[in-house]
Amino acid sequence: MPLDTRPRVADPDAIFALLVEAHAGLDEAASRRLDARLVLLLMNHIGDEAVLREAIRLARESAQA
Amino acid sequence: MPTTYANPRYPAVVPAAVRSGRPEHRQVAIVGAGLVGLTLALDLASHGIPSVVLDEDDTVSFGSRAICFAKRTLEIYGRLGLGRRMLEKGITWKTGRVFHRDTEAYAFDLLPEEGHEYPAFINLQQYYAEEWLVEACNATGLVEIRWRNRVSAVENRPEAAHLWVETPEGDYTLHAEWLLACDGARSFIREALGLPFEGKVFRDRFLIADVVIDKAVEFPTERWFWFDPPFHPGQSVLLHKQPDGVWRIDFQLGWDADPEEEKRPEKVIPRVAAMLGPDVPFALEWVSVYSFRCRRLARFVHGRTIFAGDSAHQVSPFGARGGNGGVQDADNLAWKLAAVLRGEAPPSLLESYDAERIPAADENILHSTRATDFITPKTPAARAYRDAVLDLARRFPFARPWVNSGRLSRPAVLAGSPLNTPDSFPGGAVPGSPAPDAPVLDAGRADWLLRHLGGTRFTALVFGPPRALTLPQGVVALFVTEADTPGALWDHSGLARARFGVPAGGAVLLRPDQHVAARFADPDPEAIGAAHARALGRAAPPLRRAA
Repeated sequence: MPLDTRPRVADPDAIFALLVEAHAGLDEAASRRLDARLVLLLMNHIGDEAVLREAIRLARESAQA
Repeated sequence: MPTTYANPRYPAVVPAAVRSGRPEHRQVAIVGAGLVGLTLALDLASHGIPSVVLDEDDTVSFGSRAICFAKRTLEIYGRLGLGRRMLEKGITWKTGRVFHRDTEAYAFDLLPEEGHEYPAFINLQQYYAEEWLVEACNATGLVEIRWRNRVSAVENRPEAAHLWVETPEGDYTLHAEWLLACDGARSFIREALGLPFEGKVFRDRFLIADVVIDKAVEFPTERWFWFDPPFHPGQSVLLHKQPDGVWRIDFQLGWDADPEEEKRPEKVIPRVAAMLGPDVPFALEWVSVYSFRCRRLARFVHGRTIFAGDSAHQVSPFGARGGNGGVQDADNLAWKLAAVLRGEAPPSLLESYDAERIPAADENILHSTRATDFITPKTPAARAYRDAVLDLARRFPFARPWVNSGRLSRPAVLAGSPLNTPDSFPGGAVPGSPAPDAPVLDAGRADWLLRHLGGTRFTALVFGPPRALTLPQGVVALFVTEADTPGALWDHSGLARARFGVPAGGAVLLRPDQHVAARFADPDPEAIGAAHARALGRAAPPLRRAA
């Protein structure tokens, strides 16, 4: 199963706001760790190593210069 | 400083060649009377091969050094007659606890499978293992250990390795048909031959403090690992129990620490006291500060010179892969060299030592590098992920396998070896695996399967009743049955056959080092003969054409 990059989240604005709110009051280091915990939780949920590898690759490629 | 152990001092040996001035000729010379060199000498002696072992020092390991002996290592020493002694003296442990900051993140059990003679791990000071190896080597009458014999030069010639050796009473030269370099991470032989030893340096330092804790204080027999504890902020600490009431404590110090300064008792004692708390009386036994590298030689076999143990490959201590890896090198090399020296195998069999032990070394280097990177994160991102894993591990079991405080040594499966005969049995011990142990009954007496496998010959392990089989020379049949049968071991639990993954009536060919060479649906002598030839690096005999 390849990484699914079609739009899948029904209300992106709400989820985006949720993500930003989760970082409220955190300093740079704590914020980074929150993101790290989030990544790990989601990675475990996905589980499939091929999908995770592809996600990492696409994430690296998608940075704007 | 040590109070629980006094190093034996062995007398210097001055061989006749010092007086005669003539070169001495030997079949096998081993340089380095450490864990690996002595194991090789003892294993070769079990095959009837004499050797001379040269060591510049006059004693065994100073300090406890490699303390974790893994199951496969104990099985190898079981084959060599020292396993039970190690088990009896050693501390058997199976529980580990991981702490993050001031709380326990989780505990794990090594979950040893039932029905094996040896546990997953014991802790034993390296000097005990070496002292007993010296005794065992001397008892064979085939091993001559020459203490205070220092190799000062070496030449690797096509027909022999030439060694120049210094003793307290003069020098001599030794021509060895085979030179086994077991002279450690800073191998003189390797450097004298100009062989590059490449890899990664880790910018970190660790303090080992062995302490004797007052017997009145109860500490559980467990492995405790702390990430960022309050008593040693920002670093890791490992606590492990050894025999004689000695505890090993490893403090991560960071790269900027001054090794000489950190070794001073005035510096070490407060560190230990902060960790153990005010009510635990202790005395320092041994202190060492180390940094480490993960690296290896491109090849271990160089003409007449063969490298084993730390001289061939070096790993970080996380996972106990240095000593255990080296002992497996010896286990792999001894029977091959013996077969070559007896003319049963072509010298090219020794190439399989490279083919089998280089991937094993790479596996150890990979695991110990990953553990090191987890313990000492190199970037802010790595640290954030490391800490995130530890945060999650407390609550979620899924994150616990992500915690890497050292992946504890497991035996290498020599899966890609050219000596294996591939098969298609589902599961069980695939060719290249070390033989799994299993409980058996030998004429009604409780026994272990591994005690009957390998050694000086190949074993055709047949899961069926005893019968006459025409096997190649050097292969001994061993029958294992489902019911109590005279002349066979009784697999009363059924574990033996299940663990090898062969059907009833099937067979397994095991090498002298107890590794699976081939598996068969039935003990066809021709198929066993072909697999045996292959495992000795000989061209398989042509298959008889069906009439």
